[in-house]
Amino acid sequence: MSTFRYRLMEHRGTLLAAAVFLALLIFYIANSHSGLNAAVATTIANKGVLLAIVAMAQTLPILTAGLDLSVGMVFVLANCLASALVVGSPLQTAFGIVVVLLAGLLCGLVNGLIIVFGRLQPIITTLATGAVYFGLALWLRPVPGGDVNGDLADALTGQLPGGIPAMLAVLLAVVFLIWVPYRNSVLGRAAYAVGSSEPASYMSGIPIGRVKIVVYSLSGLLAAIAGLLLTFVTYSGEASASIGGTYTLNSIASVVIGGTSLMGGFGSAIGSIFGAFVLRSIEDLLFVMDLDPLWQPLFQGVILLIAVSLGAFRLLRMSNRLDLFH
Amino acid sequence: MKNPARTKRDAEPILQMTGISKRFGGVQALDGVDFACHSGRIHAVLGENGAGKSTLIKILAGVVQPDEGRILFGGKEMRFPRPSDAVAAGIATIFQELSLMPHLSVADNICITDPPRKWGFIDGRAQRRIAAEALARAGADDINPLAPVSSLPLSRRQMVEIAKALARNPQLLILDEATSALTAADVTRVFEVLKRLREEGLAIIYISHRMAEIAELADDCSVFRNGRHVATFKAGEKTDNQVIELMIGREASHAFPPKPPRPETEAAPVLETSHLDWENRLKDVTIKLHRGEILGLGGLDGQGQMELLLALFGTLESVRGEIRIDGRRVRPASPKAAKNGPLGIALIPEDRKTDGLMLPMSVRDNLTFAALDKVSSGGVISPAAETAAVDEMVRLLGIRMGSAEDTANTLSGGNQQKVVIAKWLLNKPAIILLNDPTRGIDVGTKQELYQLLRKLADDGAAIILYSTDYYELIGCCDRVAVFYDGRIVRELAGPAITEQALVASAFNMPVEELDGAAIPGAHS
Repeated sequence: MSTFRYRLMEHRGTLLAAAVFLALLIFYIANSHSGLNAAVATTIANKGVLLAIVAMAQTLPILTAGLDLSVGMVFVLANCLASALVVGSPLQTAFGIVVVLLAGLLCGLVNGLIIVFGRLQPIITTLATGAVYFGLALWLRPVPGGDVNGDLADALTGQLPGGIPAMLAVLLAVVFLIWVPYRNSVLGRAAYAVGSSEPASYMSGIPIGRVKIVVYSLSGLLAAIAGLLLTFVTYSGEASASIGGTYTLNSIASVVIGGTSLMGGFGSAIGSIFGAFVLRSIEDLLFVMDLDPLWQPLFQGVILLIAVSLGAFRLLRMSNRLDLFH
Repeated sequence: MKNPARTKRDAEPILQMTGISKRFGGVQALDGVDFACHSGRIHAVLGENGAGKSTLIKILAGVVQPDEGRILFGGKEMRFPRPSDAVAAGIATIFQELSLMPHLSVADNICITDPPRKWGFIDGRAQRRIAAEALARAGADDINPLAPVSSLPLSRRQMVEIAKALARNPQLLILDEATSALTAADVTRVFEVLKRLREEGLAIIYISHRMAEIAELADDCSVFRNGRHVATFKAGEKTDNQVIELMIGREASHAFPPKPPRPETEAAPVLETSHLDWENRLKDVTIKLHRGEILGLGGLDGQGQMELLLALFGTLESVRGEIRIDGRRVRPASPKAAKNGPLGIALIPEDRKTDGLMLPMSVRDNLTFAALDKVSSGGVISPAAETAAVDEMVRLLGIRMGSAEDTANTLSGGNQQKVVIAKWLLNKPAIILLNDPTRGIDVGTKQELYQLLRKLADDGAAIILYSTDYYELIGCCDRVAVFYDGRIVRELAGPAITEQALVASAFNMPVEELDGAAIPGAHS
């Protein structure tokens, strides 16, 4: 096979998700009264980028064949923290941002340490720590409220010169400052290896524990970035269990729609970004199609089922049925 | 290029192990082993199943820690607590398909331990170049470095393993049955590579069951038996027969029930296969099995014995060839179908802890899992019928436990194995397949199992017993089919089932030659 074909195969999940998103976007523009203008694009971006970044956070553990059920709660906790700290003078604001991001990193680090040194399953560890993080958020913000640096918020949720949504620029920055270096680092490579086959990784001398700790820490950091951005969109903080839970579950859905294997080792955070936009677009499509928003979960569920089924095709070519369980 | 070290035969060895012992539970895998190998030489390690070869390699690879003993490598005392420590010290081990990440590309796999970096990031182009070089060095330049490993056939994956080891520039290269999955053309290329590496001054430890390969490659040979190192000699100093003599000679530690005289009936076989082929792991396998008979499967571990059992039990797909049960052609589609077929089939799996038992559930639950329809009606389990069935089996097999409500993981290995067997006996299967059922269980229970197997056969069951213990095959079986590389290379019956015949066949050597080692040098 040619080099090009291999590249294509490697990115097939991402490309498929991007294609589906593009199709939905064109459909949307064709059917909406206003077409695509800067205001519409900004609205789509502001809604989509938050989930996209949480989905990136989820991608990292899933690529190691793990799962992080606490991303939504870290997202909410960061939102509550930011609504208290990211205000005032530029210096105070900057300090607040650093604290929020460090808090997210710390949450992820705790997840990673417990998973590695406690030898616990990621799913139950992060379910528990997620509840703890949500508890902290509730303690910080028993009732919705708080404030955020208005200038910064307006800048980030508005448009850049040329009508490009500022949020998209933020997303690009996150991709190029975090994902791209990670993907090309030795550590990122090792994370794929761990997800592909943990025994083989061990036999190849990969520091599995260190890899997982970094992966969960980065996941926490990304979730906190999303939580910070949420504060800029809503101008307040709210410790909402439903927001946390929804974002966690939708992040997993986005990862799957983006073509990443839940078994680990295959996929990309870029795919997850498109996956998140696909999920979000369904909402907007129902709106322009004049359908009751009540249909939204049903359509999202159908898309998710299709995405999962695509991944199941490999089972059709199995020559030892026992391999199903391995 | 380094000084061709073949002249340094009596120089300091690069690797010297002294007094290495390792015990796994009740099994002494290695017992005070001394072993040394030299740079610029290929050292073959020989031994039958369970001789301790694999444990020795695993210690060197940092997978297993010795209980006792010292390892000197390059003149320094070393310990390898993890595989990464062995790699860092300059020891590269090629296992059978064990260390590849299937989703990653060939280049990623080859460079995984220490990828080339540029400004701290992986340099994809340099990595492809390194991978291509390593592949060329291994004689496998037909493999595209960008191909995901999962897309390659088994023989190509093995070549990637070899390239991966070479890319680390090791001082000691260990190949553990590394050629068993290769095509003949690949084997030739790998041999050229190994000979070149020897000239470059590498020390190579080579484990193989192919005597011809050893004759072609090895400078030194070491023979292991029963976890002990029994001899080291220069290649060619001993005949194949003498080598076999060194490998055998384990003491039989257990007694077997007498075998009934073989009935001379021409009764139709209850199970018959003809020309079974599967995935290059089973080749043209034809067997016949009669009621009342115990057929043994012999040979070195992993030569297709397990695959035959799985094919009969319906877990393999697209098996070519014919399977007849009671004269009727069948296509076992699943264990459920095999169990419920015209004549019930039972398979006692190799790993009782994962494939045989639900460890956290009670003995009672475990016993009836395969026969729930026998103890239930209308989908409801009858406690009375279940208790009766459980009591019967506990009595029949003499399962020792506190109560049937105890969980399976509280039982000893031997009693666990009895539960696995009992759960299938509840179905009254006519054909019983056993995959190395006595591995890791105590001598007393082993003897009870031998008695049980003979009793089942006498009661009319047809039994296939795969065992890695040659004494078991000799003591238990009416006939033994010896596997080599997916094929049955010899069938032994009655008094012809001897350890010499089994070992010689397992190494695919002619049996006649072994008569008192009368033809020295005949095979060199």
